[in-house]
Amino acid sequence: MSVTQAGLLAVLVSVGTFLVLHRSLTRIILGIGMLGNAVNLLILTVGSTPGEVPIVGSSGADRMTDPVPQALVLTAIVIGLAVVAFLLSMAYRSWTIDGNDVVEDDLSDRRIAAEPDVTQDFGDET
Amino acid sequence: MNGGLALFVGAPLAGTAACFVLARFQGAQRAVALACSTAVTIASVVLLVHVDTTGPVTTSMGGWPEAISITFVADRLGALMLVIGNVMMLAVLVYAVAQRSSDERSPWYAPAYLALIAGVSGAFLAGDLFNLFVCFEILLMSSYVLLTLEGSDDQIRSGTTYVVLNVVESLVLVTAVALVFATTGTLSMAELPDRLAALPDGVALGLSLLLLVAFGLKAAVFPLFSWLPDSYPAAPSPVSAVFAGLLTKVGVYAILRTQTQWFPDTNRTLLLVIAAATMVVGVLGAIAQSDIKRILSFHIVSQIGYMIAGIALGGVAAVAAVVFFVIHQVPAKTSLFLVDGVVEQEQGTSALDRLSGLARRSGALAALFLLPALSLAGIPPFSGFVAKLGIVTVGLDRGEWWIVGVALVVSILTLVSMMKIWTGAFWGADDPDDRPGLLRHHPLMSAVTAFVVALTIAIAVFAGPIYGFAERTAGDLVATSAPATGGGAP
Repeated sequence: MSVTQAGLLAVLVSVGTFLVLHRSLTRIILGIGMLGNAVNLLILTVGSTPGEVPIVGSSGADRMTDPVPQALVLTAIVIGLAVVAFLLSMAYRSWTIDGNDVVEDDLSDRRIAAEPDVTQDFGDET
Repeated sequence: MNGGLALFVGAPLAGTAACFVLARFQGAQRAVALACSTAVTIASVVLLVHVDTTGPVTTSMGGWPEAISITFVADRLGALMLVIGNVMMLAVLVYAVAQRSSDERSPWYAPAYLALIAGVSGAFLAGDLFNLFVCFEILLMSSYVLLTLEGSDDQIRSGTTYVVLNVVESLVLVTAVALVFATTGTLSMAELPDRLAALPDGVALGLSLLLLVAFGLKAAVFPLFSWLPDSYPAAPSPVSAVFAGLLTKVGVYAILRTQTQWFPDTNRTLLLVIAAATMVVGVLGAIAQSDIKRILSFHIVSQIGYMIAGIALGGVAAVAAVVFFVIHQVPAKTSLFLVDGVVEQEQGTSALDRLSGLARRSGALAALFLLPALSLAGIPPFSGFVAKLGIVTVGLDRGEWWIVGVALVVSILTLVSMMKIWTGAFWGADDPDDRPGLLRHHPLMSAVTAFVVALTIAIAVFAGPIYGFAERTAGDLVATSAPATGGGAP
């Protein structure tokens, strides 16, 4: 594992985490993109040692890098693309509905938290 | 049976593709969806009988050797979950087709639903960790679509939380996959138990906690459950019924596999504390709510706690109790949401303060609610009693008195919150403002609900043989540190 890769991982994860913690869906999506790249880089960094291109016939098997992490990353990238596309469409939908893309709290939870006396409410229904 | 397991994922995915092509022909879409779902359900029952009598089945895709190919493995637990999952998804599909809600009339409903079937089936059959992750993604992706299909304000609001949290969960899972691969050099579920056992304790603990966070969010355990009661009620009833019955159980299934097969005897205390907190917080949340769907959603969380408690106790008896609990839980939970679907379609709401006296208008429907509700609360002679008895007995045997106490108190509170729905919606005087007469709905809707309720009662009646099967399943899981694949294809 090289120091550059580890450093890049640290930057991507910290920036991604920072962005995901925001209320704006656009920033969350950017953060998820960062985190997704960080995780993909992690698979490559920890999963294999540097080596030649893993194509049969191009070099000896002992000098090739392990192709399995690359296959995993390829799949993860495709899935990440679909997820980001879906999130973007949700952000757009949210914007067409009320002009912003802020992720709101659970409405019913806030309503129940604001109720002065829960037992009173219970009595009403019986 | 070689190659056969791939059909459980392949057939619904082919159906998805066909439904996309048939987007303009709703009738054809419904026919394809029903045919696919029925075929997979029947095949899964055949598979379960086969696996129970002759042992596990393995399929390696493309004829590659097992170590490097995509493998599907059906052992007793996988095949059992496959049957439960597919029977429920078929029942709910028939219900949704009968209901013809605005959702179901969307041309994207059938493809998304079939993809959900493929994802759930794949998750139960996945033979390696990465494959499990991919199947999780398939089922999550289709659940995102189903949850937000109407695109209404409410669905987008709660859907955002659901999607973002689940995406973060996926990232945690991929991180865990990467680290498992880096430390053990394999992702095959058959080889992992031995390789993980050889790791230093600290490394294994770290991996187990990462996986627990990832699957725990999916299963909605205590600190990670807040997305569930928010998002499920926003979905239309058939969708929330299948989510409630199944999706969290996929997480429980994954925790059950990882904790009993890969990391036996780690995290026991942690899991017990999580279980107790999940039970208590879930049921208290349910009591505080005043909407049928939200009460039921909090119950899902609470009941997950029992399963986690069983997993935490460990050993054959406890795992058998968990397996039985899952068998009981899926149809019971689904049927309650299906009853709520009928109520909501007729009354336009599931808020308790706007419902009253439904039992006078449809006694049958009230009975269909009451039976699974009592079963969930653990009243004898229903299936929930047998399930909870199993976990409580093991808890007493191990001397874990406090978890037994928590479980029993939570049972009573479950009954209290169920009675809140009962007195609020079904009992009392008929509301004069309401339209008089019976609850109008398609007869197939109540027929499907009755079928699912009959299943829960059948589980109670045939509790002996089913418990025997659960014990054989638990024996497989606990005894062999290496699962399933050893048997090979017959």
